[in-house]
Amino acid sequence: ECTDFHQHIQLLPYLAVKSSLCVTRLYSRPFIESFEETPMLVAVLTYMGYGILTIFGYLRDFLRHWKIERCHIAREREVQKDFVPLYQDFENFYTRNLYMRIRDNWNRPICSVPGAKMDLMERASHDYNWTFEYTGRVVQDVINLGSYNYLGFAENTGPCADSAAEVTMKYGVGVASTRQETGNLDRHEEMEKLVAKFLGVESAMAFGMGFATNSMNIPALAGKGCLILSDELNHASLVLGARLSGSIIRVFKHNNMQSLEKLLREAIVHGQPRTHRPWKKILIVVEGIYSMEGSIVHLPEVIALKKHYRAYLYLDEAHSIGALGPRGRGVVDYFGLDPCDVDVMMGTFTKSFGAAGGYIAGKRLIEYLRSHSHSAVYATSMSPPVVEQIITSMKCIMGEDGTAIGRERVRQLAENTVYFRKRLREMGFIIYGNNDSPVIPMMLYMPAKIGAFGREMLKRNIGVVVVGFPATPIIESRARFCISAAHTKDMLNRALSVISEVGDLLQLKYSRHRIQPSLARPFDDNVYEDIDD
Amino acid sequence: LCSSKSYAPAYHLILEGILILWIIRLLFSKTYKLHETYKLTEKEKEDLIEEWQPEPLVPPVSKDHPSLNYDIVTGPPSHKIIINGKECTNFASFNFLGLLDNERVKQKALASLKKYGVGTCGPRGFYGTFDVHLELESRLARFMKTEEAIIYSYGFATIASAIPAYSKRGDIIFVDEAACFSIQKGLQASRSFIKYFKHNDMEDLERLLKEQELEDQRNPRKARVTRKFIVVEGLYINTADICPLPELVELKYKYKVRIFLEESLSFGVLGEHGRGVTEHYGVNIDDIDLISANMENAVASIGGFCCGRSFVIDHQRLSGQGYCFSASLPPMLAAAAIEALNIMEEDPDIFAVLRKKCKHVYKALQGTPGLKLVGVPFAPALHLQLERSSGSRDSDMQLLRSLVDYCLEGQVALTLARYLEKEERFLPPPR
Repeated sequence: ECTDFHQHIQLLPYLAVKSSLCVTRLYSRPFIESFEETPMLVAVLTYMGYGILTIFGYLRDFLRHWKIERCHIAREREVQKDFVPLYQDFENFYTRNLYMRIRDNWNRPICSVPGAKMDLMERASHDYNWTFEYTGRVVQDVINLGSYNYLGFAENTGPCADSAAEVTMKYGVGVASTRQETGNLDRHEEMEKLVAKFLGVESAMAFGMGFATNSMNIPALAGKGCLILSDELNHASLVLGARLSGSIIRVFKHNNMQSLEKLLREAIVHGQPRTHRPWKKILIVVEGIYSMEGSIVHLPEVIALKKHYRAYLYLDEAHSIGALGPRGRGVVDYFGLDPCDVDVMMGTFTKSFGAAGGYIAGKRLIEYLRSHSHSAVYATSMSPPVVEQIITSMKCIMGEDGTAIGRERVRQLAENTVYFRKRLREMGFIIYGNNDSPVIPMMLYMPAKIGAFGREMLKRNIGVVVVGFPATPIIESRARFCISAAHTKDMLNRALSVISEVGDLLQLKYSRHRIQPSLARPFDDNVYEDIDD
Repeated sequence: LCSSKSYAPAYHLILEGILILWIIRLLFSKTYKLHETYKLTEKEKEDLIEEWQPEPLVPPVSKDHPSLNYDIVTGPPSHKIIINGKECTNFASFNFLGLLDNERVKQKALASLKKYGVGTCGPRGFYGTFDVHLELESRLARFMKTEEAIIYSYGFATIASAIPAYSKRGDIIFVDEAACFSIQKGLQASRSFIKYFKHNDMEDLERLLKEQELEDQRNPRKARVTRKFIVVEGLYINTADICPLPELVELKYKYKVRIFLEESLSFGVLGEHGRGVTEHYGVNIDDIDLISANMENAVASIGGFCCGRSFVIDHQRLSGQGYCFSASLPPMLAAAAIEALNIMEEDPDIFAVLRKKCKHVYKALQGTPGLKLVGVPFAPALHLQLERSSGSRDSDMQLLRSLVDYCLEGQVALTLARYLEKEERFLPPPR
């Protein structure tokens, strides 16, 4: 049957969390997430769509092979024709035949600040997306629902930009040395102290790239003989870091605490595979907000489990730092928990702070990383103006610069999120994720609609992000909106009306559990009533 | 009928009867489970969980670990650098062309900041591609005379993402022993077979290639799908000498392997126009399949790039992990790189000046008592190694550290080359 499930509260089946705490007391506020199931007809049509595309793909490959159709793909050099081929044909089947058709929805170049409104460079293709040429025109004032600009710090005026400009003229742009050699500027030290204060932990360390932070520091924390329990939908950087560390990796179902507990129990009881020696340590790797689902990790339960089983927790707050919580301190703040409970807090500066780079923070951990992290020894340190941007924006969020701008932005973001999600749900779209997460995936399902949605929205001057396979499961392609504190109510309303228009045009309003519209709206025959659980 | 019945031999019937009885026994007996012996009671499980004590998350680090206390640099890290409050002449940063302090570069970065802000707030696929990035890519391709270039936002991640994009499980990579750490991480991420050959030793490499050829002849089906690569650096950061590129190209065509060249130290340094090791030797750039470099040394910016033919580079746009899953390079850093390229193109004399200075320093340092100079005369980054090692790495490091401190007192900034002792495959001696 097709019921969706509103996950309010779940009781852990084992008596692990010893009787004292019923799970309801772990959550201080309602935790509402929903992942409506795919309607059966839509699933069937989607599979059919992919099937037809695959058949056409084989046909086109056949025509290209026999030179009936002109081939646009780049070719190997004549001299190297007898080398082992660099790519296997079937590896690129998907890229050649499906991705190429709708390629114009990605890699759209912009030529302004990636703020709430941006300017896109117009591109035209005369050979069905194999090559692009720039017409030279600029599409102005496109509403930006794609950039990760949660608190609106992507701006070229204001105190952040001014201080960054000052530092550029004073320090220059590059550093040309690693942290351990001569790359450690006084600004780096100040920034790290500030990050530690912001998160409420003992100390922090910053790195030049968020992806590299994960892939270079997880190997320093876990090694052979350790176990990493990672969520199904973890980001590629976490997966790469776990692989490079050499530990055993076990995956638990997404946000499923029973699955995690079962794995923990099995691991401790049975020990390492084959030798049954006890594990050296167990590291649970989760993210704050999962960017493809819009779901928030069940942090109180994970912490309760971690404490009971003595595992360590690695929390990747790439999207949630600055975007969640009444003070903008991330998912720990959102649940009102103690930051000391999380062993390793990791995050990035790209999303909410308008800069670049990542950080790791924790207790008693940073001395080890300063001497043993791959990045500190071999990679160049961060650029001074980027560091300055982080310092200024963080001070603004904390309120230390004397204004209330930071607090205001955090509040605005929360308000925008709740409003946008409510309106989208009322219109009848299927939205995944938690009610409070500013990342909003809207389901499209069918492959043709991915391309159509992106193009129709651009025609109406709104820039959105669409994602399909392989970033998502094959039939669950979606459009993803990222709400920003810089979006005004007008922009949101305009975006919503356009989304509704395009949704009607492409028949995207799949949801069968529409919220009853408010009485102010006229009665509409097409509205379904709420189904009782 | 009677006769046919009595014709069936008795032993046949008995055998069949036994068989049927055996089958009935097997059907009704308990299945033999391997884990039967491992069934634990709930109580035992709880006990095991109670008893298990993990190691601490990180081992404690002593307060006077040599890599713990960083030198703090106040002020811009250019020719004169202020370390721990003392002003010194900077012989420690990789600022080869002196562009860290260049006014033009700073002005361009400032203009870019005023137009785009600092961060890009997104990966390249989702509105993170700026016109500055496209311009930088086309300029780099034009400068290096290749078809296409691709930019990464972090120098370390460039080669570490490029190698696993092409080389998968089952492929074979031949690497020099002195390869730098980012190459080693790229190799580890690719899960291919790695074969090391002695540093700059072409005979050793040829021997390995011949062995591989014999293997291929034994198993031609597998050989047809196994890709083979050679990964070398232009100027090795660990030994400061140059790779013999023309011989490598010969080996490439003889044994049908592809070459990946890592030019972090040699881009903007070697060659008449700064195009690196290919220009230095006069090798046709199309012979090298992929050239990767980082922009953090000569081009005093941040980030890295790969260049080569479109056939090779375009693949990374969808499968280079550090490209697809990471935010793009901040536009002001890209603008600074473009301006640095402009300066390099306008004034090719700076490379000659750099080479002259390198030779001068090399000659001057050669006779130092007790220290051995490691490197070629035109290498901008040289190593000074102890002539006689005391046998223990720690005491060697301490001696070198006191040397560095002494130089700092004399207002010359040097640095200890840092290595992660446990992670490096072939640990270079202290220098």
